[in-house]
Amino acid sequence: MRENDLTGYPPKLEGPDRPMVRFANVTKSYGSLTVLDSLDLDVAEGEMVTIIGPSGSGKTTVLRMLMTLETINGGVIYVDGDPLTHMPQGDRLVPANRRHVRQIRSKIGMCFQQFNLFPHMTALENCMEGPVHVLGMPKKDAQERAEELLAMVGMADKRDQHPSRLSGGQQQRVAIARALAMRPKVMLFDEVTSALDPEVIGEVTNVIRKLVSEHNLTMLMVTHQMGFARDISDRICFFYGGRIEEQGTPDELFNHPQKERTQQFLRAVKEAV
Amino acid sequence: MLDWRWDFTLDILPRLLVATGNTLLAAGLGYAIAIVLGLVLALAQRTPSRAFTMIVREMVEFIRSTPLVLQIFFVFYVAPQFGIRLSPWTAGMIAIGLHYAAYLSEVYRGGLDSVPKGQWEAATSLNLSTARTYFRVIIPQAMPPSLAGMGNYLVGILKDTPMLSVIGVAELMHTANAIGSETYRFLEPYTMVGVIFLALSLPTAAAIRLFEAWLRRKLGMI
Amino acid sequence: MSYLEFLSQYGDRILSGTLVTIVLTILSALLAMAIALAAGLMRMSRNFFVRAGATVYIEIFRGTSLLVQLYWIFFVLPLFGITLEKFTAGFVAVGMNLGAYGAELVRGAILSVPKGQWEAAQAINMTPTKRMLRIILPQALLIMLPSWGNLLIELLKGTALVALIAVADLMFQVKQINGTTFMSAESFGTALVIYYILARFMITPFMRWLERFMQRKLGRA
Repeated sequence: MRENDLTGYPPKLEGPDRPMVRFANVTKSYGSLTVLDSLDLDVAEGEMVTIIGPSGSGKTTVLRMLMTLETINGGVIYVDGDPLTHMPQGDRLVPANRRHVRQIRSKIGMCFQQFNLFPHMTALENCMEGPVHVLGMPKKDAQERAEELLAMVGMADKRDQHPSRLSGGQQQRVAIARALAMRPKVMLFDEVTSALDPEVIGEVTNVIRKLVSEHNLTMLMVTHQMGFARDISDRICFFYGGRIEEQGTPDELFNHPQKERTQQFLRAVKEAV
Repeated sequence: MLDWRWDFTLDILPRLLVATGNTLLAAGLGYAIAIVLGLVLALAQRTPSRAFTMIVREMVEFIRSTPLVLQIFFVFYVAPQFGIRLSPWTAGMIAIGLHYAAYLSEVYRGGLDSVPKGQWEAATSLNLSTARTYFRVIIPQAMPPSLAGMGNYLVGILKDTPMLSVIGVAELMHTANAIGSETYRFLEPYTMVGVIFLALSLPTAAAIRLFEAWLRRKLGMI
Repeated sequence: MSYLEFLSQYGDRILSGTLVTIVLTILSALLAMAIALAAGLMRMSRNFFVRAGATVYIEIFRGTSLLVQLYWIFFVLPLFGITLEKFTAGFVAVGMNLGAYGAELVRGAILSVPKGQWEAAQAINMTPTKRMLRIILPQALLIMLPSWGNLLIELLKGTALVALIAVADLMFQVKQINGTTFMSAESFGTALVIYYILARFMITPFMRWLERFMQRKLGRA
């Protein structure tokens, strides 16, 4: 990225109204294929934002960029006021080094479609790995915290099982506990119910509902569960062709969609059910 | 026609058994070197630098496609040219360890590649450092799929130790040669060396298969 | 003595050693393929004794060292009245050893030909022999060719051991040269490079070509 691309971006976002997450003019492309086109998106502290849209609309890429699993080709991402993809040097921004990325990234946790639990560690060990070896927490404290979280997701009795002995729903609940154990300020849920059998989807969505009602986490979610998204989201963003086509409260977007494409998408989803 | 002498066989057996100890020691030491060095060679091919990766790759190819016996001579005779005197054992262990490190690096490479991408992503999402990710997450998962290949090469290194006799390491083959030139009897010592190798390698191969099955269960994998 | 002088003085011997190594490699490769095919098919025979014979052969030659086998064939076989000239003993030992490894490749490849092919051959009433020769083996050949590439490199490396029974191959020549000149880096280093060139720039490309050729011939390209 050329440095003069970055002149307009502040090295730090300040003030009480600053968003927890800001995508400022973010572009992502693979060769000539543009996946995200100048995305601007703010997520306020404690807000639950759900991203919906057809496959290939770039919605998962939004989460993956925020987790630094994908690099970006233009723009800046801010987390909790600090740039994530860049770092301040004097009054300018330069591409971030690994240390800076690690520092800012520690505020973000993520759950994946395929769970991605570590198969050679028990549920408890999965939840202790990060706190002990990244945050440097004493083992005893980490275990206490991991046990609390496993209890919260209803997996306390499976703490010594390896992932291969757990069902998909159980693995996903452990994965949520594992992400929470890092005390993130922002949680990302990337199609966390897509790989699950229909009858166990509820046990995972219930855990997320509980998180929304009992914790002040900022959350970004990509899902195909429209009913669930409508119930718990503060805001819904409809992605189409790498841009936000329309966004609003669940009521606005689901009951009074303004754009033609939004209406088409919602109709198609309804027919599929 | 067969002039097999049991009394002579019994006479030379103690010497052969002592030499078997050396053979096992050589195989064990060489393998220990190869296990560690092989991992280094495998990881060295995963750095962001393409040029460095290519150089290491070609080095591994070079070691794999040239004869071990020649490498043993090379290490043993060339080092003194540069003022480093190596004992036969040291030279032998360097050569055989390096040779099998090249083979094992290929095995590890396959194992490392077989770890799903999601594991890397999960490690990133927990902010684990690269080193931590390798040693706690990736390498433990790369090991079980590598075990079959690792086991094959353990048997392989055992069977290649006779080549160390060419620089005077007193393992089985060397001892059998010595007995042969002292007594002019070759039938018993060479046959016994063959029998001892069979007795070592067949059970080892079987044990490795059992160990592999056990470890897979133990790690909670399929 | 500079390296160029070294080469001009000993180049001829190194070259003649290289030729011996190439001839040895070709002869033992042919022997190894014949043995591999025979032992591999015998391993799958319905007759217990045929199967057992092949298994014992394979286990003995895979379970002991090539060097041990070479010495045994060269020094011990004469006691049974079978005296092989050292060159013959050399390629026979290498061929028999690698043939045992090849037998497992043959067996594995035959087993991995899809079951439907066996059934289809039976459905058009082929005899088992015809089925094996005309339907199964050509497909198995294609499956095992890549592994044979690795095996042939092992075989080339294996031929270096015949220097130890004084066959005048590349290894033997450079060992002699080293003995008179003490130029170890030059002599052994040159041999290493030559073996590398033979393996990487002759055997490997040849096997790649053979793979493509067979694929075209079997209509898979």
